[in-house]
Amino acid sequence: MDSSSLIVQFGQQLINGISLGSIYALIALGYTMVYGIIRLINFAHGDIYMVGAYAGYFATSVFKFSFVPALLFSMATAAILGMTIEKVAYRPLRSAPKIAILIAAIGVSLFLEYSGMLLVSPQPRTFPAVFNAEIYNVGGLIINSQQVVILVVSLLLMVILTYVVQQTKMGKAMRAVSFDTDAARLMGIDVDRVISFTFGVGSALAAAAGVLVGIYYNSIDPLMGIMPGLKAFVAAVLGGIGSIPGAMLGGTMLGVIEALVSGFWSSTFRDAVAFGILIIILLWRPTGLLGKNIREKV
Amino acid sequence: MNLRRKTKTDLIGLVACILVYATVQSLILADVIGPFWQLNIVLIGINIILAVSLNLINGFTGQFSIGHAGFMAVGAYMSAVLTVKLQLPFIVAILGGALGAGLLGFAIGLPTLRLNGDYLAIATLGLGEIIRICILNIPYVGGASGFMGIPRYTDFTWVFGLVVFTVFAIKNFIDSTHGRACISIRENEIAAEAMGVDTTKYKVLAFTLGAAFAGVAGSLFSHYFYIAHPASFTFMKSFDILTMVVLGGLGSISGSITAAVLLTFVSAALASYPEWRMIIYSLMLIILMLYRPQGLFGNKELSLKMLGRLTGGKKHDSTQGN
Repeated sequence: MDSSSLIVQFGQQLINGISLGSIYALIALGYTMVYGIIRLINFAHGDIYMVGAYAGYFATSVFKFSFVPALLFSMATAAILGMTIEKVAYRPLRSAPKIAILIAAIGVSLFLEYSGMLLVSPQPRTFPAVFNAEIYNVGGLIINSQQVVILVVSLLLMVILTYVVQQTKMGKAMRAVSFDTDAARLMGIDVDRVISFTFGVGSALAAAAGVLVGIYYNSIDPLMGIMPGLKAFVAAVLGGIGSIPGAMLGGTMLGVIEALVSGFWSSTFRDAVAFGILIIILLWRPTGLLGKNIREKV
Repeated sequence: MNLRRKTKTDLIGLVACILVYATVQSLILADVIGPFWQLNIVLIGINIILAVSLNLINGFTGQFSIGHAGFMAVGAYMSAVLTVKLQLPFIVAILGGALGAGLLGFAIGLPTLRLNGDYLAIATLGLGEIIRICILNIPYVGGASGFMGIPRYTDFTWVFGLVVFTVFAIKNFIDSTHGRACISIRENEIAAEAMGVDTTKYKVLAFTLGAAFAGVAGSLFSHYFYIAHPASFTFMKSFDILTMVVLGGLGSISGSITAAVLLTFVSAALASYPEWRMIIYSLMLIILMLYRPQGLFGNKELSLKMLGRLTGGKKHDSTQGN
């Protein structure tokens, strides 16, 4: 391989990585927000992403929705699902030991996966083509219309989220609860409502990621959420869990690194490299790249 | 007085073990227990070893590890290499599996145990996956298609003997000075450190021991199913083990044993409804956590006194019959 084709190859993997990474970032945002508020690794988050993909699938293939209504439909379905899960399975456990709520999350995750298998069959389904796939050739690099849509939609959602968190009253309440739940409650914030809202927003973002993945890979199945769910968590930790810009940075970085590893080395080592990076980051900077360092007190 | 009582309970335990072994073994020899339940008895034994060893790390030392299946995989493959490629006897293979997993646990534990809480959980989850993916990429042990042609050396006698050994070893470890140190780390790491407990040493010690026993379980596993396959050691397996530990109660050995027996029986009983099996299993997990988040036994041990109070036997025994 001569050097010019190496550069083209590198650029190509970079593009693939960024579109994959923005999907990780969308899922990671949900993880990071939930973790930031109730310190729970929501293992069911990846499965909400799967449910979102299926909602998008049914919206386009059964109800014949076009892309934007299907996306909104899927986000709304997932938001309701996320809030229901929080209310039924996590809220009663809020004062229980942390490990109990984690096991409940694992239970919810298994429940979603296997009910999915029962309801929509374990076979992968072909996601309907909502766009005409066009391929653009920019200076030797190949970009297809799906990648453009993924980037535009995820950027738009991230901007909206940043606006919500930074500018609205609810966003202020979210930040307050994440900073100190008890103090926020004393200041008159309805903590339960804020947590419920956080779950709703996080789940909606995951569902959007699910629809985008369906469009990108054309295939969805009930177990599709497991690996991206874990990877997105890695992305959230990488960027600094609890930090919204961190989740975006971590997701994009992870996507790019994965694309480079599978492009230049071996795709079987992709996951191992992702987890390896996670461990190195954790040992070197336990709170992630953009995380704050908090000293433990007695 | 105290010593005498201790010897007495130990003696009762020994007699109970021999009785259980003799009953089950004669039932197997008399063909009362068919191959399906024999398989499940072996699985129960393997799960008990895994749950009790993970409980040492998670329950007694308070270090949240969810990569146990990785160490099990190392034990399974290491022992298979020893028996198949090097033609060594099974006992050497088990020791080799334990040693391999233990050494890896030590090497991994030393840097990672600086982390705590959720970060440690995620790191161990990642490590378990890394171990699995590395095995997947080693052609010497079969790569993605698995390590085939492993002789079946595991039988009820081996499993039972090793379960008893594991439980006694871990129980004695916990009752020793070292075990007390581990428990003090669980209760409050900073306070333990301030009282002069070498927290790093004990965390790594517990982690290494737990990993070594997971290696033993892995050796038994691969030598029962003729095959060691990377797909058997995913993080789902780690979650399975974690579930047993939490369900039984963090810090309760008898809890782990009960939960391992109970959950293996439940999945065996549900085997005829494959579509519903995992749904029922997951609902059971959620409901149990909602109503008993501290696990069945909390951090208490099942004792004769406790049994006496619960006249009519343990309630959950009724679910095991079908």
